[in-house]
Amino acid sequence: MNFSEVFKQSNQLCKVSPDGKYLATCVQYRLVIRDVNTLQILNLYTCLDQISHMEWSSDSLFILCAMYKRALVQVWSLEQPDWHCKIDEGSIGLVSSRWSPDGRHILNTTEFHLRITVWSLCTKAVSYIKYPKACQKGLDFSRDGCYMALAERRDCKDYVSIFVCDDWHLLRHFETETQDLSGLEWSPNGCVLAVWESCLEYKMSLYSLDGRLLSTYSAYEWSLGIKSVSWSPSSQFLAIGSFDEKVRILNHITWKKIAQFEHPAIIDNTKATVYKEIEKRPAVSSDEMSLHDITVASSLFSTQSKYDISPLPVQIPVVKPDPDRANPKIGVSALAFSSDSRYIATKNDNMATAVWVWDMQKLRLEAVLEQTSTIRCFQWDPRRPRLALCTGNSKLYLWSPGGCVSVQVPAEGGFQVHSLNWHCSGDSLILIGKDQLCLCYMDADQNNE
Amino acid sequence: MGDWGLTETSMDNYEISILSHVAMSPSRHNNLMSAYSLPSSKSSYSVISAFCTEDNIPQCISYINQELGSLGLAAHIQADPPGRASLNAAPALNAMYELLQIHRRSMNNVEELEKEQLKKTSTLEHMQTSNSRLKDQLELSIREKSGLHETERQLQLKLKTLQSCLKTEKDEVQKLQSIIASRASQYSHDAKRKEREAAKLKERLSQLLVDRKDKKLAIEMLNSVGRSDGKRSHWKTAKATASREAEMYKSLLSDYEASQRALMLENAELQKVLQQMKKEMMHILSPCPPLNRGGSAEESQELGDSDREERSAETSRETLDQSCEHAREQLTNSIRQQWRKLRNHVQKLDNQASLVQNQPPSNAEVIPLETHEHEVERMRLEVQQCKEFIHAQQQLLQQQLNTSFDDETAALLNGCYTLEEKERLKEEWRLFDEQKRNFEKERKNFTEAAIRLGREKRAFEEDRAAWLKHQFLSMTPFADRMRSSSSDGQSALSVKSEPEIRTSSSKAPPVKSSAYTTFSTPKSSKSAAVPSTIDVCRTLRLIPDYRESSATEDEESWLKSKSKVCSSDLSIFSLDEDKNPLT
Repeated sequence: MNFSEVFKQSNQLCKVSPDGKYLATCVQYRLVIRDVNTLQILNLYTCLDQISHMEWSSDSLFILCAMYKRALVQVWSLEQPDWHCKIDEGSIGLVSSRWSPDGRHILNTTEFHLRITVWSLCTKAVSYIKYPKACQKGLDFSRDGCYMALAERRDCKDYVSIFVCDDWHLLRHFETETQDLSGLEWSPNGCVLAVWESCLEYKMSLYSLDGRLLSTYSAYEWSLGIKSVSWSPSSQFLAIGSFDEKVRILNHITWKKIAQFEHPAIIDNTKATVYKEIEKRPAVSSDEMSLHDITVASSLFSTQSKYDISPLPVQIPVVKPDPDRANPKIGVSALAFSSDSRYIATKNDNMATAVWVWDMQKLRLEAVLEQTSTIRCFQWDPRRPRLALCTGNSKLYLWSPGGCVSVQVPAEGGFQVHSLNWHCSGDSLILIGKDQLCLCYMDADQNNE
Repeated sequence: MGDWGLTETSMDNYEISILSHVAMSPSRHNNLMSAYSLPSSKSSYSVISAFCTEDNIPQCISYINQELGSLGLAAHIQADPPGRASLNAAPALNAMYELLQIHRRSMNNVEELEKEQLKKTSTLEHMQTSNSRLKDQLELSIREKSGLHETERQLQLKLKTLQSCLKTEKDEVQKLQSIIASRASQYSHDAKRKEREAAKLKERLSQLLVDRKDKKLAIEMLNSVGRSDGKRSHWKTAKATASREAEMYKSLLSDYEASQRALMLENAELQKVLQQMKKEMMHILSPCPPLNRGGSAEESQELGDSDREERSAETSRETLDQSCEHAREQLTNSIRQQWRKLRNHVQKLDNQASLVQNQPPSNAEVIPLETHEHEVERMRLEVQQCKEFIHAQQQLLQQQLNTSFDDETAALLNGCYTLEEKERLKEEWRLFDEQKRNFEKERKNFTEAAIRLGREKRAFEEDRAAWLKHQFLSMTPFADRMRSSSSDGQSALSVKSEPEIRTSSSKAPPVKSSAYTTFSTPKSSKSAAVPSTIDVCRTLRLIPDYRESSATEDEESWLKSKSKVCSSDLSIFSLDEDKNPLT
């Protein structure tokens, strides 16, 4: 494993182009384009203000930079550095800007969710979509880029509109069976739309592309409901994480629950492996089983850590949430399927130091990673069943079915990993700190451990 | 009160005992004893001294004589001659002596009675203490009881309060629920109102913004870019709209088709498994009827019925298309039947095995368990008797030795006797030893037999287990199923990535021919099927008679001949084996 030098960035804005060739980073009001392999600067664009959002177009030819404070969007072309485009939303404001899947339209959501403006880069045409709903995830494009589902709110009722992205033709418009729709998401094959209720009620509805209600699922009543939702890449499973600290897996044929993963505070499942991160002072690091020599160099000022397999049963530290506060820190807030749909990683908010990995073939707990500090972010390798996670310290943690490693990021000046992103090839990782970033290259021949 | 009554009763007892004592003594002492037992007898001495004077001697004598007579003594006291104030000494002394005797006896009696009384008082005391102790205990237990009563009452009270609490809590819950419901409705109402207001405001705002003709709202671009697909944009026409719809339906359709294909594949797989299961079950069950016919007639009758049923099902299934609903139902039905039969069969086998365990086998080598135990018991008894015998002898010997020490001549004589005895004992010892050896030998035989029995039993068990396992392994579809499902995950539950779906849908799972051929039931099926097949063969003149004699023929040749038999008759299933002996 190798690490690049550290680069500056701001607002944690750095993204690899969809084709995997370029790395775009924002530094204040500048946009820097680098080659991923050489890390040489290819282009440098200057925007009108500090960039608050940046996004690659799907064909990796354009980059959108949004400045929400000024209600401005600037678009840059990689092929023609002289080409420029500026979209001004004016006094109506701007809260969100994104590309359409074809990379030729920009969808701007105005303040107060008054409308969504669709700007065409091909024709300069502008069209409006009224009544978008302000919610957790009110807009989703199907994976093939053909359709867009948009949650709407009219007359205190929830509707879903399905647009054809090609010409923004409204394909379907239907009312949903929800009190207060909170989010919607296409299945990866683009045929089923999952629509879920706000956390006040546990309700998941599944709609077909043509607006028919396929099924409705509710696990329980009265208490707080759905917290997170994720489709498996194969579209076979829909995982629902909820406030009752459980993940329920629905199948794609009957849309009934086929499995339920609980997050008990005491793990006594003998089939699961519990990896516990143990911190060590560098004084005793001379003979420790450090997996990478690199870590030794920088370990003078930081603690070393390694994983131990804890003997069962294991008690996971639990923080009791304050019942008087809204959005209690309890329940499964994050879940992600591995790229081969074999594993699912979850995080329960009141056990903030643990990541749970479940085997989807055997439908049981595979591993638990108990960290010393709170989990900030975890992401699956897009190619292999390999999970990367960070906890806001100077280490990178990797899990694979073979085991776990903890790697010290050898950057000077206390580089702390706040977030991470896999390169689409799965060969490198972008580690994002507070105002820096660093690339981590996996050895091609290295096999997970 | 109680105390007093108790002592009184003890006094009564005392008197009764005295009376009984009195009754035991000779009757003539009665009066005297009662007189002497009184303590006032001493004080009356002065009266006695004044009783006789010089003058009234004869009267006294006569009185004493009378008294003595009344006491039952011979009244011999007499004055010598009248006029002389002296007594005839001898009878007087005799009388005196007798009186003294009586007196002593009565004194003794008194002493005894006193002792007895002492004893009685001590027992009385003991009784009293024990009584008081018991009373204490009683009191204690009563107190305890009352305490328990008290706690029970308290618990009851607590229970009651808790129940009332529960009730109030329930009421509270109900109240709260209604409050929640009302608040929720109020909240939703308010929320709707607010939302409407917000919507109105939004509308107004957008209207205002549009009215203001916001100049800033604009797009500045150097030049337009081409579409990503390189085509020009289309006009929005009805045709285009229709084509959109068509496209949507096409994609939906393709998705449904894909899922249907997947389901079909899965279904086909399951059907195949079902078929295979059925075939194998039939294969397993077909050699059974001869085995069962020996057991019970009705069983075989039932089996025969089901066989016939099956045959009809078989033919009907063959004529019908397999995917037909009716046929499928029949298939599942017949599978269910077969399964039931198989289960029955396995249960029967189990029963048989347990029977074999319990039954005394007729085999000569194997000694039945009961007789073995009986024999052992008998031997134990014998040993016990022998031991007792020896013990008695030893005791006798000891006694003789002890007595022989008394006088030496006898010892000498006894020496010969003991020698003789020793000789005899030795002889007996030898005999006993021999007996013991015999017993040992016998016991060894028995243990050997038992071991052999155990071994045989185990072998049988193993045989049976292997056979059953084999049957199940070759029959059960799950092993193959698992393998196939892991290779192509068409089932709903198997995990697969998207590329895999495409590749797996193209490759058809190979038909498992191996499972059927590998299926063999070496021992039981052979032994069960042999008679019928031999019959078959003999009737068909396919094999010479030597097959009967050669018990150790190998499986292959047998199978070959069987296959030949089957090839002669072109129908497929093993039911033919039943059919053949009938023809």
